[in-house]
Amino acid sequence: MSDDQSEGTSAMADALSPRLDGGKGTVLGNEIQAKIGQHLRAMYDDVVRQGVPDRFLDLLAKLDKTDEVPGEGGGRK
Amino acid sequence: MSRFDPALRDEIIAAIPNLRAFAISLSGSVDRADDLVQETLLRAFANISSFRPGTNLPAWLFTILRNLFRSEYRKRRREVPDSDGAFAATLTSNPDQNTHLDFEDFRTALDQLPSDQREALVLVGASGFSYEEAADICQCAVGTIKSRVNRARKRLGEMLALDDVDDFGPDKTTRAVLAADQP
Repeated sequence: MSDDQSEGTSAMADALSPRLDGGKGTVLGNEIQAKIGQHLRAMYDDVVRQGVPDRFLDLLAKLDKTDEVPGEGGGRK
Repeated sequence: MSRFDPALRDEIIAAIPNLRAFAISLSGSVDRADDLVQETLLRAFANISSFRPGTNLPAWLFTILRNLFRSEYRKRRREVPDSDGAFAATLTSNPDQNTHLDFEDFRTALDQLPSDQREALVLVGASGFSYEEAADICQCAVGTIKSRVNRARKRLGEMLALDDVDDFGPDKTTRAVLAADQP
């Protein structure tokens, strides 16, 4: 999502790298941090995979075709 | 005739799934999240002239969404998510039982984080923004974002270690040794 892909990737990798306590993590801490990263992305990606709901495509189509903002009168139903 | 640059419109559409996921993590409710995304799209198109082509469109949209949420948040506290959690309501897959239990613990822990830590963790750890982009979106210093992400990870780690200690590798003896090694 970054214009600078390498920077975005490195920040994500840094945030999700299995370290805890400034690198002094235990094996247990490492495993948990890895799981945190996996779960976070799994949850997020599950929503992302649902794509774009029709209500938003309909909204954008209306915005594109009318001069009025929907809901302010003059917009198509 | 289209009112908007089709390429820009396509880019906005492409950002919607990510906006929804971020909005759900902020609001704790799928319905409120979708309302937030709708309001964000209306604002974005109404203010499209203030977007500078070539700059970071997703970050611009995320900033709008976050500002909308914050202004609403000041009026009413974040609603307590239902017991299944907002993300649970969106789950389309049917994970096996172990994964499901892990998810339950994780969601519960995530919901307990302070909102500024949760949003920083999601932006950097899931949305894929750099620390710098996340700082722009949250209108704070890069160091503040780093600190929030670190505190979020540490806090989640502590909560999950307490809850799930039996789910993770080492047996009790090994854990006792590991714990004794802690500074």
